[in-house]
Amino acid sequence: MDRRQERETETQRKAAMAALALAPAEELKRLCTAAGISGEAEMLRGPETGLVSVRGRIGGGGAPFNFGEATVTRATVRLPGGEIGHAYALGRDKEKARLAAIADALWQDPTRRAEVEDKILAPLRAAQAEADATSRAETAATKVDFFTMVRGED
Amino acid sequence: MYVAVKGGEAAIANAHRLLADRRRGDRSVPALRLDQIVEQLALGIDRVMSEGSLYDRELAALAIMQSRGDLIEAIFLVRAYRTTLPRFGYTRPIDTAAMQVERRVSATYKDLPGGQLLGPTFDYTHRLLDPELANDPEVATPEQRDGDGQLMSRVSEILAHEGLIEADGELPEDHVTGDITREPLEFPLARDSRLQALSRGDEGFLLALGYSTQRGYGRSHPFVGEVRIGEVELELDVPELPFPVTLGRIRVTECQMVNQFKGSAKAPPQFTRGYGLVFGQSERKAMAMSLCDRALRAGELGEDITAPAQDEEFVISHSDNVQATGFVEHLKLPHYVDFQAELDLVRRMRSEHEKRNQTNDTEQREAAE
Repeated sequence: MDRRQERETETQRKAAMAALALAPAEELKRLCTAAGISGEAEMLRGPETGLVSVRGRIGGGGAPFNFGEATVTRATVRLPGGEIGHAYALGRDKEKARLAAIADALWQDPTRRAEVEDKILAPLRAAQAEADATSRAETAATKVDFFTMVRGED
Repeated sequence: MYVAVKGGEAAIANAHRLLADRRRGDRSVPALRLDQIVEQLALGIDRVMSEGSLYDRELAALAIMQSRGDLIEAIFLVRAYRTTLPRFGYTRPIDTAAMQVERRVSATYKDLPGGQLLGPTFDYTHRLLDPELANDPEVATPEQRDGDGQLMSRVSEILAHEGLIEADGELPEDHVTGDITREPLEFPLARDSRLQALSRGDEGFLLALGYSTQRGYGRSHPFVGEVRIGEVELELDVPELPFPVTLGRIRVTECQMVNQFKGSAKAPPQFTRGYGLVFGQSERKAMAMSLCDRALRAGELGEDITAPAQDEEFVISHSDNVQATGFVEHLKLPHYVDFQAELDLVRRMRSEHEKRNQTNDTEQREAAE
């Protein structure tokens, strides 16, 4: 695999892991059950909960500063085939992290990738896109339309 | 002599049992669920997350439930919980320009790109109590409108190209980002550590200080360049992956305060800035924070330090409500021995004082005779 292809795969895997991290826990659990993805993975790490220190930038784009912490749960699994999957997600849901790590590991197996994409990632992405579109449309409805009052005669 | 005194175990146990009962209240009233607190007391949750300095809605809800709605007690609980968890690292800085915006207003530009988006605001409500709410009325679903979906650049970028506004705050290249949760406070602070302290600072305290600058105690001629609320993505660099991993999204409030500045020996006339960034939908806090940030830059900008809001040690040392409540509230704990010693001292001083007065009286009488 050349470097360009490798890059592309990394970008896709990053996007897949992001979709898993953003997923509501109940939805991920439901999809995994429906797709028959659950056990048969060895836990290499966790699932464990810890903190990340969250950074912003002074003025929005200046030097970084820490402005608080957030709970994060992570997990690492190994499939019988040897693929290692990782998961990181905000919050404290250990089952969500475990399932996301398994999905990440399966995604790396070329024979299982399409299944993960179709049965897990596609529905998650669709739901997230719809929720975002709704939120944007609701916010857009509160946009102020200024108009000028005409004063006097012509 | 120090005499150890024990006792009160039974009283304490029974007091806590009574507390648990009073917290639950009338058993014929259904118990609150955490999701009810998360959904319906969302801004209380946001305050606990921002001052507890921990983004986790369910934990904040649990803390509010356990503290019977005493938000400072809830913040205390959250801060204590934080210390039980390991730290995985520092996120990449969030990009507020890429925010999924839920509210965005500017008091300086009417027609800024992306427009004025009011979002779910209390502004322009009449602040009249609505008795209807007690009957759980049907609530209409929000109106929707097609948005243009364009990214909303920060308002500071509009003034920037004229050179009339200072840039986003930079620190020297070799500066290591401060972390007040890891190192003790040492004054003067760099602006990054100061902002960290302000972001977790008590809303009421910062609000009062911000207000004091408006009333003339360190006046800074502020305008809200922009307030925006919405969700931003968090990313973390981890050794096991060749790319920064997305952790999810958090809601934040950002305030860009723009301040007219007549110039000083150190800086030309221009607009200077104060910055506010806090967890959740916490507009008042973000605005107060940005006013305090600007006031605390007095020294850096060559202004005279004349007011409490400009005094860094005063502001930052007293902005943490967990520290403040700890020290104030400890006064009610047993101080019997301290007080006995003070009592002896005051008795002795009083008797000396009376003796002195008697002597003085005698001397005066003798002088008069």
